[in-house]
Order: sequence, then structure tokens, then C-alpha cells
Amino acid sequence: MTELAKKSQASVLENLDSVRAMIKRHKRNDILFSIIGLIALMIGLLTLCTLFIDLVMDGYPRFNIDFLSNFPSRRAAKAGLLSAWVGSLLVMTVTFLTAVPMGVAAGLYLEEYAKKGWFSDLIEINVSNLAGVPSIVYGLLALGLFVYGLGLGQSILTAGLTLGLLILPIVIVSTRESIRAIPIAIREAAYAVGATKWQVVKDHVLKYSQGGILTGVIIGMARALGETAPVITIGALTFIAFLPPSPLTEAAPFINFDWLTSGFTVLPIQMFNWLSRPDHAFHINAAATGAIIIVVTLLMNGTAIYLRYQIRKNIKW
Amino acid sequence: MTPANQNTIISPRLAKNIKRNVRERIIEFILMLAALSAVLTTFAIVGVLIVESLSFFEHVSLVDFLTDTQWTPLFEDAHFGIMPLVAGTLTTSAIALCVAIPVGTIGAIYLSEFASHKAREIIKPVLELLVGVPTVVFGYFALLFVTPLLQKIFPELPGFNMLGPGIVMGIMIIPYISSVAEDAMRAVPMSMREGSYAMGATRFQTAVKVVTPAAISGIIAAYILAISRAVGETMVVAVAAGQQPNLTFNPMESAATITAYIVQVALGDLPHGSVGYQSIFAAGLVLMIMTLTFNILGHIARKKFRENY
Amino acid sequence: MANVTTPIKAESRDLNFFYSNGMQALKSVNMPLYENKITALIGPSGCGKSTFLRCFNRMHDLYPGNKYQGQIIMQPDNTNILEPGVDPIEVRMRISMVFQKPNPFPKSIYENVAYGLRVRGEKNKRIVDDKVEEALKGAAIWNETKDRLHDLAFNLSGGQQQRLCIARALATDPEIMLFDEPTSALDPIATANIEELMSELRNKLTILVVTHNMQQAARVSDYTAYMYLGELIEYGDTDMIFTRPTRKETEDYITGKFG
Repeated sequence: MTELAKKSQASVLENLDSVRAMIKRHKRNDILFSIIGLIALMIGLLTLCTLFIDLVMDGYPRFNIDFLSNFPSRRAAKAGLLSAWVGSLLVMTVTFLTAVPMGVAAGLYLEEYAKKGWFSDLIEINVSNLAGVPSIVYGLLALGLFVYGLGLGQSILTAGLTLGLLILPIVIVSTRESIRAIPIAIREAAYAVGATKWQVVKDHVLKYSQGGILTGVIIGMARALGETAPVITIGALTFIAFLPPSPLTEAAPFINFDWLTSGFTVLPIQMFNWLSRPDHAFHINAAATGAIIIVVTLLMNGTAIYLRYQIRKNIKW
Repeated sequence: MTPANQNTIISPRLAKNIKRNVRERIIEFILMLAALSAVLTTFAIVGVLIVESLSFFEHVSLVDFLTDTQWTPLFEDAHFGIMPLVAGTLTTSAIALCVAIPVGTIGAIYLSEFASHKAREIIKPVLELLVGVPTVVFGYFALLFVTPLLQKIFPELPGFNMLGPGIVMGIMIIPYISSVAEDAMRAVPMSMREGSYAMGATRFQTAVKVVTPAAISGIIAAYILAISRAVGETMVVAVAAGQQPNLTFNPMESAATITAYIVQVALGDLPHGSVGYQSIFAAGLVLMIMTLTFNILGHIARKKFRENY
Repeated sequence: MANVTTPIKAESRDLNFFYSNGMQALKSVNMPLYENKITALIGPSGCGKSTFLRCFNRMHDLYPGNKYQGQIIMQPDNTNILEPGVDPIEVRMRISMVFQKPNPFPKSIYENVAYGLRVRGEKNKRIVDDKVEEALKGAAIWNETKDRLHDLAFNLSGGQQQRLCIARALATDPEIMLFDEPTSALDPIATANIEELMSELRNKLTILVVTHNMQQAARVSDYTAYMYLGELIEYGDTDMIFTRPTRKETEDYITGKFG
């Protein structure tokens, strides 16, 4: 062994100790950051828990059947959510009937029919742009176009259509994503036995993507259920002591559409209304309503996330 | 295609084909109309905002709108200066970003570089749940939980203020930042991480010195999209910040944002066609321009990031 | 065969390696790396040569579930670098690596080379400047980069990027340098440059290189090992392996009958 090599060996050994000390120092940063990172992510979760516990604790005096079966009232303890939850249900029905057919059809068109080019680009840019438009702007659109432009008034129909447009991008995007996951080979197999494009789409593409589409629809509907700002902007009433006409009648034709043009309120607006009153007794009502809204939307979102997880796990191709 | 009056010589089989083709075309057309609805919605939004704003600007000069320091459309002596509303919007958004950017970025780095696969599978859906919570509920939280809590630290803090709702809004948008930024970091090729680890770097060094700079345009896109969210957020500020237009950047004061003003007017009974009614469209137009600008910038940053890898 | 006077720098003993899916990628590999020599690993794709190389800087630790068995003993301190108590970061500081595809960081040329020093907490600008220059010279890329040290590294050509990565690995004075098919993404001229560089580096450190280009192994290495299906089939003096291999499998591979 040369003299030089011996010397370098000695320096290597000497170096090693200082290297080890340095690594130890650096690793402390790793551990520190792991803790900070976990805390950062926990802030959201902790807030959610605090929020929920706070609502339940504040609102528990109202957790009884009267709260669901009473109309709003000037006396907080007597006031209930009947008109609000019925209104929410009816508005959601209109939203569902608008957003789902339109969103799925648009998603199908973009994935299966549209040729790459300026036209599909234009639609694509618009969809992603609409997803970023603040919800209150949809309210302004509805106020100018539906309420006054088309004369639909401050009705359930207006609110349903507005929320339908609002969640349209969500439905379109989830439709496209689940369609894209279907391999070309499946389509080719169907074409190979002489199916037309529509038959391929209807019998295969739509069928295999329905789970993913459903996920998007549930998330969209949960979003629509909790949306407040656009519905306020339309001018939804905040004090409603009546129910819209029933969609079902006893005499033929058993169905009537008068409810569509009826005035209404929805759960989040009722909550907002109670919340903006100075009287603390109404804050209890707001808390109880908030707890109900949270449970319903979390259940919906939870179902959607679970569903997506299941779909991912079960996909074999 | 063959005109109908020449159909006499067409065989039944061919006729069937034509019928089928027509049906296919009709279906495609209907689907296209549905897709076109997205474009129509955009045009309708822009159209409504511009038409109503134009009527508004017949009564109020653009210069006044941009320079007047008061916004009092419902007063006898009406002033239409958008600045107080913009100030409220910017202040609440700035507070929100002060919370969301550090927390969201740290969370994203943790998720992308530190968390095990299992931990990620649990944490991400929980964050998604947070996104699904309706904003009016967060408004309740800001007004009746966070603000009273803050008042224990700052006794002079009024019941309506920008600090409380700003913080709550920040917590609300953490998941947006952490998920978009995490996507960007995960898209950084593994070879780059290996290069860093091979030099003896620790996880933290690799995350901060290599992965974060490599994903920086994607991370900036996340910030910009979050700004757009904060600017457009309505219910938290409408509930908890007070609805008094107030030209101030002091988070301890109450103020109205653009969105809160729209809510306030919509709750009242302004006659259709009045200047007050039109003013919410002008305010909405400003809001739309602000969010659109941020969205476009965000998309450019994102696209630039995708081009890199 | 093994030169008695040349000291061993590192040596694998009964090295087995299992990927997280349970696949055994290395089977009881025993092999020395002689100090200041170049050892080449050849063999068909999937034979485990890259896996073997990546054991030396514990790269497999980055992915959960991978398992080592056996030892890699490193001199002069006689440490088994695979031992759980030995920090992979310490190993990587002593043994640097050049990858198959150039993987510069999205930083300036200067900062790429300085990265290893920064990781070690070196803040003295003079020392960093000197080391960067020395490393760039050592990687024969100083002349091309000295006027643009603060340009983004991505703007260099593929061959230049790879030499930059060598400079990056060189800047921290490693004891061993691992090359994982360092020229497979490069054109012939860039390849020749890198090969020349490797021959020069031999004076400073010990080199282990994986290559699927047999001519390259023959050109640059002092010792060659032929691996197949996770086993070390034959190891020896490069001249001997290429002229009169003792094993039939090696001969088949080298003469192109197989692989």
C-alpha cells in the first residue's frame, strides 16, 4: 500500500465521525418535519371535528321531530325546518333532472364524438373555466336570465336550474374521467360485431362508466345541497310558512307541475336566516340546522369517496 | 345523401341503413347541444354581467366607480366606489392565504414525500370530506366559535371582523392547495429524487431542495387557484365579516366584500332595474374579472408545469 | 487473477436481495471491488446487475418492502454497509452514483454540482466555488460551462448533462462511484467522452459500472463480472473474461450466442 493511500485511509476514517454527527443533525429535521406535516394536515380534520361538536352541542335542544315538522316561526323554540327541507328536496330534484342528463351527454360527446379541434377545445376551456366561477356569479346569471329575462320568477324551477348549471362541470368531468378509463379494446370488440356508435356508447361505454358517473353526481348533488349564495341571490324567501303544491295529486293525471313556480326556501338559507338574527335563541336553530346539513353532505360525500375507492379496487382492465 | 324523391329505386336494406345513419346523426347532434351548454353558460354569464353593468355605468361614471372611496348605493347620497369592497375582498383573502399557503404547502410536502402509502390513502379522502362541507356552516363557525375565541386574545375585536372569517376561509382552502400541490410534487420524476438521495440527502433536504423547486410552477398554480377560491367565497364573509362597506385593510375591523355586498342587496327588496339592483352586477363583473384572471394565470402555471415533465 | 497487492475497497458476501413482491433478484453474490480499479457488471437485461449495483448505496431502501440478506463490507473501516444500524445516508455520502439517464436537478449548473456540499451543510462560498470548479474540471466539462455556471442545467446537451451528473457525484470526494449504464442514453461521441473520463477517475476512486454494452466493459474495465438470473456466473480479470472465460455461459453471452 502506498504512503498516499494510507494517508487517505486515515482521513476517511476521521471524516466518518464528523459525517455521522452531521447526519444525526440533519435527521432531526426529518423527524421535526414529519411532526409538523402531520399537524398541518390535522388542522383541517380537527376543525371539522370541532365544528361538528360545536354545532351538535349548541343545537341539541332542537333535535326532535317537531323541529322537522314545524314551519319557521317568530318564536325560536317553535320554529322548524319543514318548508326548508321540503324546498331543498324539490330544488334538488330539478337540479338532478337538469345536471345529470346534460352533464352525462356533454361528457359522452366530448369523449366519444368530438373530433380534436378548435370546437372541442372551446368546450373544454369553458368547462374548466366554469368550474372556477364563484358560485355567487351563477346567482347573478340566474337573477338576470331566469328570474327576469325568462320570467321564471323566484321559483323552485329557477333555483334548480341554477344549481344544475353550477354542478354541470362536476358531472361532465367525472363522466369524462370514468369514460376515459374504459379501454379502446372494449369498444373495438363491440364495433367488430357490427354495433353502431350509439349502440357501443349505450350498451358498453355508459354501462361500464356508470359507477364513476354516479360518484360525480353524488358529489355534485352534495355541493348543490349546501350552496347558499346563488340561491340567496335569486331572491329565495327566507321566511316561508307554507309548502309548495304537492307534485302528486289524488285525481288524474296524478302529477302536477305547479310546485315548480312556487316560492321556496332551502336548508342552508334557513340556517343563514337564523344565523343573521341577533337573538341567540335563533342561533340554536341555526346550529341544529348546520348539524343536519353537515351530516347529510358528509354522508353523501363519504358514499361517493367509498364508491370511487371500490370502483378503483374492482377494475380489472 | 340521396334526396327523398329519388328513393323509389332504393332497396329496403339500403333504406334501413339510411334510417340508422340519420338516427346516429340526430343522437350526435343532441349530445353536441348538451356539450354546447357549457359554452352557452359562459356566454350567458358574461352577457348578463355586461348588459346589466352597462346600464349601471349609464348612471355611474367608470372613474367614480374605480376611484370613489365610498360604497353607499342604498343611501340618499349614493356613492359607488368599488374600492371599499375590493379592499374587504383582498384583506379577507390575504388572511386566508396566510393560513392556507404555509399549512397547505407543508401538508402537500408531507403527503407527497413523507407519508406512507397507507397514511396517504387515509388522509386524502378525509381532506376531500373537508371540501364538501357547505360554506354557510363555516360561516357559523367563524361567527360563533372562532371570533369569540379570538376575542379572548384580542378583547377589543368586534363581533364582526375580517380576521375570524379570513382564518376560517384559510382552513377551508387548505385542501385545495395541498391536493393540487401534492399532485405537482408527485409528478416530479423519481429519477430526480434518486439523484438527490444518492448524494446522501435526507428526506427533508430532498423535499425542500429538489422536489419543491422542480414542482414550483405546479405549486404556484395551486396558490393562484386558491386565491381565486378565496376571492369568490361568499357565505363565510357574509355571515361573519359584517356587511358594512369600509375602506380598510385592518383585519380587526368589520367590512364587506364584493360577495357579501351582493348577498346583502339580494336579501333586501330592491326593485328590478334600479341602480342598486344593477350595482350588484357591476360588483359581480369585478369579481368575475378578478377570479377569471387568477384562474387563467393558474392554468398557465399548471400547463407550464406539465410541459416540463 | 486478483492482484495480491491491490487492496479490496468493498466486497459483497453471500448477498441475497428480495424485492417487495417477494422476487429474489440476487442469489448469494460474492464479489470484490478492488481499490482504484474499474469493475464492470455485464449480463442480459433483468439479470440483477443494476439491482446489485443499487445495493452499494442502499438505493433500495427508498422503496418499502425490499430486503437485503448478507453483507457488503467496506474498507478501510470494515463496516457492513447493509447492516440495519448503518444509516443509508452515511453510505450514500461515501459512495456516489451516476444514473442511466442524466438526471440533473432543476437548478443552475453551479448549484447542481454544489448540491452534495449543500447537503453536507457547507456554507463557505470559497470552498464551494473551489470544489465546484475542481469537480467540473474532473468531469471534463469545465471549459464548456465556466462562462455559464448560472444557466439552468436542463439547457445542456444529453452528454453534457451526464458529465454534469458525474461532476455532481465527484464534488463530494466519494470513495466509490457507481455508474448504472451511464452511456445508454447518449450518442457515440458523448459515450467515448464518458468512457475516457471513467478511465481517468480510476486514479482517484473505485468504480463499479453496469453496462449492457460488452465492448464498453472490455474497453474501460479492469475486472468484469458476468451475471445471469441473479447469480454471479463468473468474475475475473477483464482480459481473461473476454478472451478465455472458464464458464460456458459466459462464453455464450460474450460471443453473442445468447442474450
